[in-house]
Amino acid sequence: MTESLVIQVTDLSKHYGPVRAVDEITFAVARGTTCALLGGNGAGKTTTIAMLLGLLLPTGGRIRILGEDMPRHRQRVLPRMNFSSPYVDLPQRLTVAENLTVYARLYGVRRVRERLATLGRDLDIDAFFNRPYGSLSAGQKTRVALAKALLNAPEILLLDEPTASLDPDTADRMRGILTDYQRRSGATLLLASHNMSEVERLCDQVIMLRAGRIVATGAPRELIHRYGRKDMEEVFLDIARGIQSGEVVA
Amino acid sequence: MNGISPRRIGALALRYLYLLRSSRIRIIELAYWPTVQMILWGFITRYLAGHSDVLNQATGLLLSGVLLWDILFRSQLGLSVVFFEELHARNLAQLLISPLQPIELIIALMAISLVRTVLGVGIAVLLAIPFYGFNLFSLGLPLAGFFLNLLLMGWAIGLLVSALVLRYGMGAESIAWAAIFALAPLCGIYYPIATLPGWLQPLAWALPASYVFEGMRAVLLDHAFRLDDLLHALLLNAGYLGLGIGVFLATVHTARERGSLLQSGE
Repeated sequence: MTESLVIQVTDLSKHYGPVRAVDEITFAVARGTTCALLGGNGAGKTTTIAMLLGLLLPTGGRIRILGEDMPRHRQRVLPRMNFSSPYVDLPQRLTVAENLTVYARLYGVRRVRERLATLGRDLDIDAFFNRPYGSLSAGQKTRVALAKALLNAPEILLLDEPTASLDPDTADRMRGILTDYQRRSGATLLLASHNMSEVERLCDQVIMLRAGRIVATGAPRELIHRYGRKDMEEVFLDIARGIQSGEVVA
Repeated sequence: MNGISPRRIGALALRYLYLLRSSRIRIIELAYWPTVQMILWGFITRYLAGHSDVLNQATGLLLSGVLLWDILFRSQLGLSVVFFEELHARNLAQLLISPLQPIELIIALMAISLVRTVLGVGIAVLLAIPFYGFNLFSLGLPLAGFFLNLLLMGWAIGLLVSALVLRYGMGAESIAWAAIFALAPLCGIYYPIATLPGWLQPLAWALPASYVFEGMRAVLLDHAFRLDDLLHALLLNAGYLGLGIGVFLATVHTARERGSLLQSGE
């Protein structure tokens, strides 16, 4: 059972002086599943993802990814995972192809040209391969950032608001690409999102955070049932406002 | 401890070469200031040659000084300015979540600094030949030692400056330009260290560049190569470079603790 848990987080904390950005959270994510980290602004989602990536050192607790200790064995884990966020950029002056080539080499991708051609086709970005990244629209940038995140065919893909700033059509296509990638590769997806319909559609498991603590976990349907609500949007509002499951609100 | 990967270093060096290639202005700019300096000091040398015994003995004294100084200046700037590009581009977090190790980032920065220095100063060195009939390569084999020492010192300062900016933000960027000029009066670029007040001389001798410029004068004026000075400079550089690397790596570690890598940028 433990072997199928590719992310294991135990009593993880991050404190900035008196501020507890993440406060002793424990969760696990099984291989091949999609898990959402949900919560309002400042709930601790990005901080948690940054710690999983080794970009931020925890104050306490343990992280095991793919059976390895993070951040101690960061170098063994990082080639097998990747990350995409609209809030972390790529160099603006380099063309899309140049950016992807550099990252493909950093991740040790073999047959770089072939890999770029495949991703270009899958994500429909090959038309602007030779344009500087900085000249792209927000939606195009998001697709390129996802291409960068898929370069090494990661076993674990972390996504911070993967469809933020995208129009509904592009966002829907992105979700399709992610689902397709997961189905083909058996990868594990962990995403932070504010889009509850996206969470309902993509995720097997939800972890709700408030003020750095886990306040609810479960499958989306399970949470909707537990809170007696019609969708995840309403569950999210209940939890964000501190309303307990089963509590009647006037 | 994981091994250093030449593939990853090459990948990052490629990113910096793409950046350089993306703007012709940048390439012109690399050579612009060293060339302007060379032209200026060439005319000063011509003027002073008729009035100075020292310059009569060795007309290349000032030009050698200015060109060697530019090696130090460009190697420092070539490292720190390229690192600032990563901060401006908000790309540092992307790099540090890839398998790239911070030490590999340092080596890639050094590699591109070498390319930028050779390009920038090299053009000025070559132009000095038709302009003033002065060939820096006439310094002979010692030039290789001078070049190596100035490059290493530039990298050490570049790493310290980069660490400062990573720690205190882009507001500290101007230090990259100012830091090395603070050392210029102490290095004896255009005059012997003995010219400095006695209390300042120990400080000057703690700088590898001082040995290089003294060595340059020894070659041009006395036709002597002081190997001991060169080795002394190398020893000092080993210490300073070790310090620069140590401080840079410690600053990256602190940034991971403080959570500043995700916010690094303008």
